[in-house]
Amino acid sequence: MEEKVLKIKEELQNKLTNINNLKELNDLKVEYLGKKGLVSSLSSMMSSLSIEEKKSFGKLLNDLKNEVTSKIDELKEKLEKEELNKKLENERIDISLPATKISCGAPNILEKIIEEVESVFMSMGYDVVDGPEIELDHYNFELLNIPKGHPARDAQDTFYIKDEEVLLRSQTSPVQARVMLENGGKKPIRMICPGKTYRRDDDDATHSHQFMQIEGLLIDKNISLSDLKGTFDVISKKLFGENVETRFRPSYYQFTEPSVETDISCFVCGGKGCSLCKNTGWITVSGAGMVHPNVLRNCGYDPKEWSGFAFGFGAERLAMLKYGINDIRTFYQTDLRDSKNFDRKEV
Amino acid sequence: MISLNWVKEYIDLKNENLKDLAVKVTEAGINIEKVITNHIDNLVVGEVIECVNHPDSDHLHVCKVNVGEVIQIVCGASNVRSGIKVIVALPGAVLPGNFEIKKGKIRGVESNGMICALFELGLEEKNEENYNKGITELGSDAIVGTDALEYLGYDDTVYELDVHKHRNNDCYYHIGFAYEIAAILGKKVTLPEANYSEIEENIKDYFSLEVATKKCPYYLAKMVKDVKIKESPEFIKRRLISVGMRPINNVVDISNYVMLEYGQPMHFFDKDKLGNKILVRDASDEVITTLDGKERKLNQNDIVITDTIKPVCIAGVMGGENTEIDENTKNILIESAIFDATSIRNTANRLNLKSEASIRYGKGLNYEYTLNAINRACYLLEKYADAKILSGIVCHDEVDKTPKKVSFKTEEINKMLGIKITDEDVITELNKLDFPFVHDNDLFSVTIPNRRLDIDANINDIAEEIGRLYGYHNLVATLPRVPIRRGVYVKDVLLRKEVSKRLRSLGLNECKTYTLVSPSMSKQFVYENKENIVLPNPMSVDKSVIRTTLIPSLLNIYDYNKARNVKDIFLYEIAKTYDVNFTEDVKVAVLIKGNYIVNEWQNVKVNADFYVLKGILENLLDYLGFKNRYDLEVESISDMHPGICARVLLDRDSIGIIGRVNPMISKDDIYVLELSLTKIYDKKIKPLKYKEQSKFPSITKDLAFIVKKNISAKEITKEINHAGGRLLTNVNVFDVYTGDKVNEDEKSLAFSLTFMDSTKTLTDEEVMSVFDKIIAGVTSKFNAVLRDK
Repeated sequence: MEEKVLKIKEELQNKLTNINNLKELNDLKVEYLGKKGLVSSLSSMMSSLSIEEKKSFGKLLNDLKNEVTSKIDELKEKLEKEELNKKLENERIDISLPATKISCGAPNILEKIIEEVESVFMSMGYDVVDGPEIELDHYNFELLNIPKGHPARDAQDTFYIKDEEVLLRSQTSPVQARVMLENGGKKPIRMICPGKTYRRDDDDATHSHQFMQIEGLLIDKNISLSDLKGTFDVISKKLFGENVETRFRPSYYQFTEPSVETDISCFVCGGKGCSLCKNTGWITVSGAGMVHPNVLRNCGYDPKEWSGFAFGFGAERLAMLKYGINDIRTFYQTDLRDSKNFDRKEV
Repeated sequence: MISLNWVKEYIDLKNENLKDLAVKVTEAGINIEKVITNHIDNLVVGEVIECVNHPDSDHLHVCKVNVGEVIQIVCGASNVRSGIKVIVALPGAVLPGNFEIKKGKIRGVESNGMICALFELGLEEKNEENYNKGITELGSDAIVGTDALEYLGYDDTVYELDVHKHRNNDCYYHIGFAYEIAAILGKKVTLPEANYSEIEENIKDYFSLEVATKKCPYYLAKMVKDVKIKESPEFIKRRLISVGMRPINNVVDISNYVMLEYGQPMHFFDKDKLGNKILVRDASDEVITTLDGKERKLNQNDIVITDTIKPVCIAGVMGGENTEIDENTKNILIESAIFDATSIRNTANRLNLKSEASIRYGKGLNYEYTLNAINRACYLLEKYADAKILSGIVCHDEVDKTPKKVSFKTEEINKMLGIKITDEDVITELNKLDFPFVHDNDLFSVTIPNRRLDIDANINDIAEEIGRLYGYHNLVATLPRVPIRRGVYVKDVLLRKEVSKRLRSLGLNECKTYTLVSPSMSKQFVYENKENIVLPNPMSVDKSVIRTTLIPSLLNIYDYNKARNVKDIFLYEIAKTYDVNFTEDVKVAVLIKGNYIVNEWQNVKVNADFYVLKGILENLLDYLGFKNRYDLEVESISDMHPGICARVLLDRDSIGIIGRVNPMISKDDIYVLELSLTKIYDKKIKPLKYKEQSKFPSITKDLAFIVKKNISAKEITKEINHAGGRLLTNVNVFDVYTGDKVNEDEKSLAFSLTFMDSTKTLTDEEVMSVFDKIIAGVTSKFNAVLRDK
């Protein structure tokens, strides 16, 4: 009996080495473990045995069954793996073929820079406010200390719409006047108001009858020109890199006093002098100053109690500087080949 | 243009490096764009002590020249000879044209420099006449070895200014500029000499004045006799040239010279042509021929100087031909006046006549200098034109002479600038500025000098003056001490940002176009009852109307890109529009054309069509919180394809349009959408809430109906939903068929229906009962036929 078992084991070993696929293995499984298989046929011999023999033979048979099962399963697993590998190998693709184009839209370059400026100022507590593009002379000029007949009006050659009273705003400053009046001279203000402005300029590479300003205003108690300097430092470094230096130069605007022009050290040459900074090492990026007492008063704030600063960037100028754009019309043409390049994060 | 040689008349600039000074001046707020200096190194006075013919040439000379040491120079000029003093460019000198002088040999003879003519130094025109004059001979008083240009008086430094508007009036003349330098360097200004003698005759014997306009607060007149018209003295000519003005004759030059000194323009009338009276009045509709020979039409806004009958001068702008100074002029009436600045600017602008005078009048003038200037002119006319000055002055004076005063404490300045200076510092700065002041305890009372028209009587203005001298580079950067908060997008700004973000993520590229459009653009895609604003004075026709729709602008961007061979064009723009009542309507427009999603080698293409755009619309409105609140309604809209066009409704209110651009406008398959964000902003949405998904399985069943073509999927879906009731949770069209298997006027629509009960698992019977109800409903309502499976 034991011999028979041994023989079956031996034969199995031989047969297993010759098996190449799952079908053959399955046939082998039936041959050994099926209802009429070799192992079953051995168990049919049990009836003729004594109780003692049955006991020992039973164990022998059980061991055999376990061994055969495990050997077949082992091979099965191996063969299955081989077959899967073969299948996967056949599924190999050419990853160099072109991708399915999934595109996101790009922001307008001006909007991109505006959103960047907005996020810096919002982090410093400035609200982003909006106002009408068709304005009254009263808000656009009068409240801002630019009375009728003032030469500052000549420089902002304005599109008038109706008489000399309704106009396309020549600056975004009227939004500041509106917010000041809304707050009735009682609440501190932190705001920026990016938006479109219009002046009678012939369009060319550096002029545009429509352009965008990013103006800001802070009004509170005990605000100084040095606070403006610190604020300007923050925005300059965020936009043009941590290494830029800033400086103020005295300047003149009707609605601020003292007024300054704000320069940054040239981020191309680091201040050594190059074509961008016209060999001066400095680039003017905005105008700013302390809010003129007349403007505070006109808009309901008592200059004895309140002070503040205002600043204004040209969005086009910032974008032209930052991205090396030479023609202001670029922003208004939307060449989609440019747009694609601008659909990405900043450094 | 400011000549520093000229400024030196009024302030001591010895030992000042003028380039460094320019930097200081710029830092203090007067922007010097350019420092022009005509100094040439190694250009000295030499004396020719020997002159012999060149051994190997018939026109060259070999000279021994004393320039402090004796050097040999070969010179070709015909007038070179022993004993004369000349200009010598030594080796190392760089002449105009970047021509550097080097040691060398000319036809074998050593030459260690060059004897020069003025035209070779760029100081005279290079022409045949000057060429034939040969080298320039200097006077015998020239000192050998010294700077030749300095001897000639040409050694000057000129600042080209870019002054902000408020400072033009005091920094565009030399005395004003001297005050600015004085403040920076802490020096004093000396005004030029203006003493002259007067003859007994009095101007009042010959002349009277009447001012009949409010626009002439100050008018002074002096009279001089027996002038001799001739060339101006060298220094006047040289200075006028150095600041870019052409000398004419002594009298004309003097009026310009004084204007450049004091900033006060003056007008000289030929007294004999003028007559005995001047009447200054507002002009009427009259005509005058100005000095440039042109006829000018005046109106009641202009100020005019008349001889009581006819105009003789457009006040502050340009004189008339009829009283012009000429070579025979003997007697002159000098006008020094102040006119209303705005009026002068308007007149000069309207007549397109921006003269040196009108620019200065247009910025306002210091009345003290009106008198100074007329006296200075008399002094110069006496000295350089042999004028006899009549005693007396004719005067009209309504000038407001109230001094501008401001009181402040040092701490107020410190607070404004964020600095810490003391009373002593303030005293120092006020002295430098030459502002008279009283310092009582800690209170300063300052009188602003009249020459500083730009300064108003408030603390900010004083802070600025002190700040710019203190130096803004000394400011320490601080941040405002304000509460910490995060800023927000106020009101509908946030909506615009959200829409923008969503549309970008849906593959649309943001555009920015012009608000002003052409009349023809403004007449396209009119779908609202709006009238356009037309500018009364546009710059050009193509930018003369304020748009009410953005679609035509996006079509321009489409064309621009198409012309550059860009094929897949997906655009949006958010912008404000205005109608004739100035009502603002913020709009978003979308344009799509080409492949939305593409992979050509895999033959995957989602081409932009109506349904892609509808998908974008629904995605946007769902994102904005309006799920199930919007609808499309078929409507014909101008410039849209009549069969592919609809109005977009939100809560049954029109918020915009969607459709295909009419092929009459563009043959390309372009789809556009425009929505009013203003209207969307007015709609409220519910707060976002979590809703639990059903735990029970859903059952899906399909069915198809054959219906008449004109019945829309929407109508059938509505009926299905109606009949389906609570258990029907979704209806989806999965097939649309027209063709051989149905009649020509019919189509087949296949729907996939989803049933679910949130409280239990549905049985087949329950679903079938609803399903049958749906079939019955649709077939009876639309005369539809259920299609066999």
